[in-house]
Amino acid sequence: MCASVKYGSRGPALIPRMKTKHRIYYITLFSVVLLGLIATGMFQFWPHSIESSAEWSLDRRSVHDAPLVRIPMSSPIPERGDLSCRMHTCFDVYRCGYNPKNKIKVYIYPLQRFVDEVGVPISSTGLSREYNDLLSAISDSDFYTDDVTRACLFIPSTDVLNQNSLRIRETAQALAMLPRWDKGMNHLLFNMLPGGPPDYNTALDVPRDRALLAGGGFSTWTYRQGYDVSIPVYSPLSAEVDLPERQPGPRRYFILSSQTAIHREYRVELERLKEENGEALLLLDKCSNLSQGLASVRKRCYKGQVYDYPQILQESSFCVVLRGARLGQATLSDVLQAGCVPVIMADSYILPFSEVLDWKRASVVIPEEKLPEMYTILKSIPHRQVEEMQRQARWFWEAYFSSMKAIGMTTLQIINDRIYPYAARTYEEWNNPSVVKWSSVNSPLFLPLIPPRSPGFTAVVLTYDRIESLFRVITEISKVSSLAKLLVVWNNQNKSPPEAIDGLSLDQTHMVERSECINKFASVFGTMPLKVVEHRADPVLYKDDFPEKLKSFPNIGSL
Amino acid sequence: MQAKKRYLILFSAGVSLILLFYLQGPASKRTPNRGDDPHPHWPHFSDPLRAFIPWDQTETEDYNVRVSPRHKRDDNSGASKCRMDSCFDFSLCRRNGFKVYVYPQQKGEKISESYQNILSSIEGSRFYTSDPGQACLFVLNLDTLDRDQLSPQYVHNLKTKIQNLNLWNNGRNHLIFNLYSGTWPDYTEDLGFDIGQAMLAKASISTENFRPNFDISIPLFSKDHPRTGGERGYLKYNTIPPFRKYVLVFKGKRYLTGIGSDTRNALYHIHNAEDVVLLTTCKHGKDWQKHKDARCDKDNAEYDRYNYKEMLHNSTFCLVPRGRRLGSFRFLEALQAACVPVMLSNGWELPFSEIIDWHTAAVIGDERLLLQIPSTVRSIHQDRILSLRQQTQFLWEAYFSSVEKIVLTTLEIIQDRVLQHNARSTLMWNRLPGGLFTLPQYSSYLGDFPFFYAVLSVKPQQKFTAVIHAVTPLVSQSQPIFKLLVAVAKSQYCAQIIVLWNCDKPLPAKHRWPATSVPVIVIEGESKVMSSRFLPYDNIRTDAILSLDEDTVLSTTEVDFAFTVWQSFPERIVGYPARSHFWDSNKERWGYTSKWTNDYSMVLTGAAFYHRYYNYLYTQYLPGSLKSMVDQLSNCEDILMNFLVSAVTKMPPIKVTQKKQYKETMMGQTSRASRWADPDHFAQRQTCMNKFASWFGTMPLVHSQMRLDPVLFKDQVSILRKKYRDIERL
Repeated sequence: MCASVKYGSRGPALIPRMKTKHRIYYITLFSVVLLGLIATGMFQFWPHSIESSAEWSLDRRSVHDAPLVRIPMSSPIPERGDLSCRMHTCFDVYRCGYNPKNKIKVYIYPLQRFVDEVGVPISSTGLSREYNDLLSAISDSDFYTDDVTRACLFIPSTDVLNQNSLRIRETAQALAMLPRWDKGMNHLLFNMLPGGPPDYNTALDVPRDRALLAGGGFSTWTYRQGYDVSIPVYSPLSAEVDLPERQPGPRRYFILSSQTAIHREYRVELERLKEENGEALLLLDKCSNLSQGLASVRKRCYKGQVYDYPQILQESSFCVVLRGARLGQATLSDVLQAGCVPVIMADSYILPFSEVLDWKRASVVIPEEKLPEMYTILKSIPHRQVEEMQRQARWFWEAYFSSMKAIGMTTLQIINDRIYPYAARTYEEWNNPSVVKWSSVNSPLFLPLIPPRSPGFTAVVLTYDRIESLFRVITEISKVSSLAKLLVVWNNQNKSPPEAIDGLSLDQTHMVERSECINKFASVFGTMPLKVVEHRADPVLYKDDFPEKLKSFPNIGSL
Repeated sequence: MQAKKRYLILFSAGVSLILLFYLQGPASKRTPNRGDDPHPHWPHFSDPLRAFIPWDQTETEDYNVRVSPRHKRDDNSGASKCRMDSCFDFSLCRRNGFKVYVYPQQKGEKISESYQNILSSIEGSRFYTSDPGQACLFVLNLDTLDRDQLSPQYVHNLKTKIQNLNLWNNGRNHLIFNLYSGTWPDYTEDLGFDIGQAMLAKASISTENFRPNFDISIPLFSKDHPRTGGERGYLKYNTIPPFRKYVLVFKGKRYLTGIGSDTRNALYHIHNAEDVVLLTTCKHGKDWQKHKDARCDKDNAEYDRYNYKEMLHNSTFCLVPRGRRLGSFRFLEALQAACVPVMLSNGWELPFSEIIDWHTAAVIGDERLLLQIPSTVRSIHQDRILSLRQQTQFLWEAYFSSVEKIVLTTLEIIQDRVLQHNARSTLMWNRLPGGLFTLPQYSSYLGDFPFFYAVLSVKPQQKFTAVIHAVTPLVSQSQPIFKLLVAVAKSQYCAQIIVLWNCDKPLPAKHRWPATSVPVIVIEGESKVMSSRFLPYDNIRTDAILSLDEDTVLSTTEVDFAFTVWQSFPERIVGYPARSHFWDSNKERWGYTSKWTNDYSMVLTGAAFYHRYYNYLYTQYLPGSLKSMVDQLSNCEDILMNFLVSAVTKMPPIKVTQKKQYKETMMGQTSRASRWADPDHFAQRQTCMNKFASWFGTMPLVHSQMRLDPVLFKDQVSILRKKYRDIERL
C-alpha cells in the first residue's frame, strides 16, 4: 500500500499520458482507502462483539494446555504459617496504594500444571470445578487486574480447596516457586477441607509462609483473627437443587438431624432426645437398602422410610449441624438454603465470615456438652425470633453461600474492608436483607439530644410575592428570643400577585399541586414515609385554667 | 480545473491514509498483546472438571473417626494460648449464675485509687458475692493495674503474693485488671508474674498477645476518672453540615527515639497549620535537651500557640497516635468531646473490640499510610461524619464515662460468654441504649425490647395489660377501683386487667369483681411490698403495661388516647400525673415538687403506660439497696421507675392531656386516705430522690415542656369532628 501511495504521489507528472487509466487508478485507490477506513472503524467501534467471540474461541481451552512445570526435589519449602501474623505485620499495604474507588486489585496467576521430578502431579484432582468457578468469578469482577505490577492481592491458580487431594510438600514448593511469592506476602489461598487423618488439623497443613488463608473449618486455635478469613464449605447440592424460598413459620418437625456419619456417641444422645420428645424430632441416617452411589447422597432414611434430601430440610424449624471429622460442614450450607435455622454444635469453630456476619441472628450455637439440653434450649426461643432467624438464614445463604462466586466475592470484600476500613461496608449492609434495609428506619439524627436554647433556631419563610403578610410574619417571628436567623425564600415567578388571596389553603390549584407533589415524592421513596399520629405537642398547661402570665408560653392558642 | 481536482483527490487520499494508520495504530497494538499474554482473564476451560470433593469423602472420613468427639473437643494440647473452652470452668457459673467474688482486702496492702474504684464498682454491682463458694469469677485484692517497674504504684513481690492466694488454682476463672505493663525501653506486655489461666482485662493490649474471646481490651483511664455517673458527652446539638473549624488535630509529646517514636516524629509532614493542626513537643522527661533534633525548637514554639481543649472541641477528627504503649488517654478524651478518633496505632486491639463495632465511631488508620490520612478524612462524607460523631457520644456514655461502666461492661462481656446462646447480639451492644441496659436474659428477640422497633421495622403489639395496684380492702361498690376497672376494660386496646392485691386483707371472692369484657386476673402480692407492682409477671404478655393506682380516675377515652401516644413513644413512660425535680441550691440537694408548673420530668406510675421490659429492668437491674428502701418506705417506687427509664432513654417522659376532674383530685383536695395524705410522704420522696441520684451517679431525669394533646384539642371546630371528645368535656 505504501508503494502505491508513493506511486500516486508521482502521479501528476504522468497524467497527461494515461488520463482514463489514472482516473480509474485514483478511484480504485480512493475506494480502497475508504473501505479500509470503514473496516477500521468497524473494528474500532464494534470491538466487543468481535473480540469477545475471538476470546471465546481463544479461551475455549483445555486445562491440559497449561504449561507443565517440574518441581526440583531441592526446591525451597515455605515456612509453616506464622500464627502471629496480622494485617499490619504480614501484609504489604503499599502494594494496594491509595485509590479513589477504595477497591483492591487482585491478580490471578496463570494456570500451570506442577509435577514433581518424576512427573507425578502434585494434586490428584488438578483444577477442580469449584476452584475454576471461583477464579473465573474473581476474574470477571471489579477486583480483577491482569497487571501484576498493580496488584495488591495475588491468588495462586494452584487448587488447594481439598487437602485430601494434595501432596503437601510438593504443593508448598509449587507455591514458593510463584514469581511474586515473596514469602507469601499478599497471597491468598482458598481451602475448604483442611487437615487429614487421623487428627484433622483445622487449618491447611501446606506450609505457606505469610499467605492469608481463606479457610473452611477454622478453630479458634488456628484462626488468626483479623488476618485469615473463615469461609463456608461449599455444598455441591447448592447448584444442583433448587429449593424455592419458604415463608418463615412453624414447620412440621421442630428439630431435624440429617447428617449421615454422626459419631456414635452423639447419635446415642440424639436418639435419647428423640425418645423423650417423639414426633418433634426427626433423626435421619443413611439409607442402608439403597445402592451406594451418587444417588444415595440425595436420600435419607428413618426406620425404612425414605426422605428426599435436601428437600426434607424445609420441613423443619431447626436443623442440627454437628462437628464431624472437621469443624466445617457442607451441611450448614444446605440447611441455610432450606431456611432452616442451624443449630451449630462444634466447639471452638469459627463460623463462616464471622468477622462481618452476625450469626446470632441466623443460628443457635450450643456447646457440644449441652447436646442433651438442646430441645429445652430451642423451645425457649420466641416464635417471632425463630421466624426471623429462618428468614435471615435463607438470606445468608443467598448472599454469601449460594455459589463459589458468592463465597469468593465475600472473602475479597472482607479483605478490602480491612485495607480501606473507612470505606468498609457497615453492619447493616452485611446483615440486613434488602427487605429490612428498605423498611427499617435509621434516623440520621439518632442520638437523644435535647438541644439547649443557646444556638436558637433558623426561621425559613417562603413567600409568593405576598409582601404584606411576609412583613407581618417577620415582625412576629423576630420577637422570639431564641431566633438565631431568619431566612426569606423569595419565590417570585415573575407574575404579579393576584388582587386578593384569602389564604393559601383556599387556593384550589395550590392544594392540587401539593397533592401531586406528595404522590410524586411517595413514588420516589417507594413507600409513604409520612406517618399519621393523633396527638399534637402543646405546652404543659396549654389552655388550662391557669393565669396566663405564669405560663411559659402564654397566649398560645388564644386568637 | 482538472489538476485541482486531482490534487484534491490526492490530498483526501493522503488524509484518509493518515487517518487509517492513526486508527489502526492502537488496534494493531492491542492485538499482538492478546497473542503474547494468553492470560488477560481467567480462561473458559472446555474440558469437564472434577468436583473438589468426591461425593463420599467427608462421609467416609466422618465414619472413620475413632476418637470420641468428647475427647477431640477437649484436646487442645497443641494450643499454647488460653480460650474459654480450655481455661475457664463453666460449671462454677452454672450453679449460682454469674457471681463475682473479690478477695478480701488485706491490711497494709497498698491499693491505688483506680483499683479501689474498680473493686468498689464490682462490690456495688448485682454480680457481687462475698461467698467464694458461689463465685464463678474471682478478682484479686492485689493491685495489678500498674506493672511498670519504674512507677511508684508498682507492687512488689506480686508473684509470691499471688501464689499464696488460697483460691488461685493457677488463675482459673480469675480476672486480672491491668492498665500499664512493661517499661523503658521495650514496653513489653508482660505483667512480671505468671498469670496462669487467668483472663486479662488490659489496656493497650496488642492483637498478637490478645487471646480472642478470652482477654478483654479495656480503655486506658486516668486516676481522676469518676467512679460512677461521669460526665456526659460534650455534644449538645447536631450541626449540619457537621464540619468544625479544624479537620484534624493532635497535640502531644514527641518521642525522639525508641519504641513508638516513628509515627509521632513524622506527623509534621501532614501538619498545615490551617485545618490540619498536629503539634508535638520534645519538652518532656529530664534530659530532653540531650536528644533534641533540629525541629524541636520550632515544634515547641508552635506547640505553645494552641490550646488543647480549644482544639479538641473544635475539630471534626482527632488523631490518636500510639505513644510508647498502644493506647493513650487521648482516645477517651476525643470520644467524649465528640471528636471522631482517627486511630494510628497498628496492632492495638481496640477497647471492648469483642462487642463494639468501632467502624461506626472511629476512623481506623494505618501508621504506614500516615501521609494518606488527610485525604482519607477529607473523603469521608458528611452524612457519615454526622453518624460517627453521634456514635462517639453514645459509646462514651454507654461504656466509658465512669470506672463503674468500664468494669460493668467487662463483667457483662464475660457473662455473655457464659450465657453462650443467650448472649447479647451485636445490635444490642451497638445501638441505643447499649448493652448495659439491654439484658439478654429477658429475651433473645430484639422485638421484645422497646428500643428496636424502628430497626426491625416492626410495631409494638396493639394491646395493653392494665395492672391495678390495690391496697385497700373492698368495702363498697362505689369505690374508685370499680369505676376504674370498668373504664379501663372498655378500652378497645385492653387485653386484660391484672389486679395486684397488696392489701393485708385476704383476697375478695371472685364474684365481687365487676363483670368485664376482658379477663381480670387477681394476683396476690407475695410479700405485699411496693416493688412487687413492677415485677415482670408471666401473665403480662403484651408489650404495653398500663400501671394504675386503685384510686386513679380515668375515662376510657383518656386510656385510648394515652395508648395511641405510647405507640409512638414505646420506650418512654407516657401518662397523666406529672411531677418535677429541681436543684435546691440552698440545701445543695435535689428537690421534688408536685406544683403545677410549666415543665415536668416525671410521670407517675399511678396512671401511665410503659413497656413491660422496664418491669424486668426494675427488678433485675436496680440494686437491692434501692428496692428495699422503696419497700420499707412504701413510697418512691414511681420516682425510681422514672429515674430508671430516663437513665435508659436520656429522654423525659411524656405527659398527655387529661380531663379536668382528674387534675382536681391530683391537686390535693383529694378524699383519699391513702399514703398521699401522710405528711412524711413528701419529705420521704425528697430523700428518695437524693438517694437515687447518688446511686446513678448523676441526675438522669430530664425536663420537658411538652404535653401531647389530641389534634384539634380545644380548637374552635365542631366537637363532632374531634375524635377524643371526652377529654375536653368536664
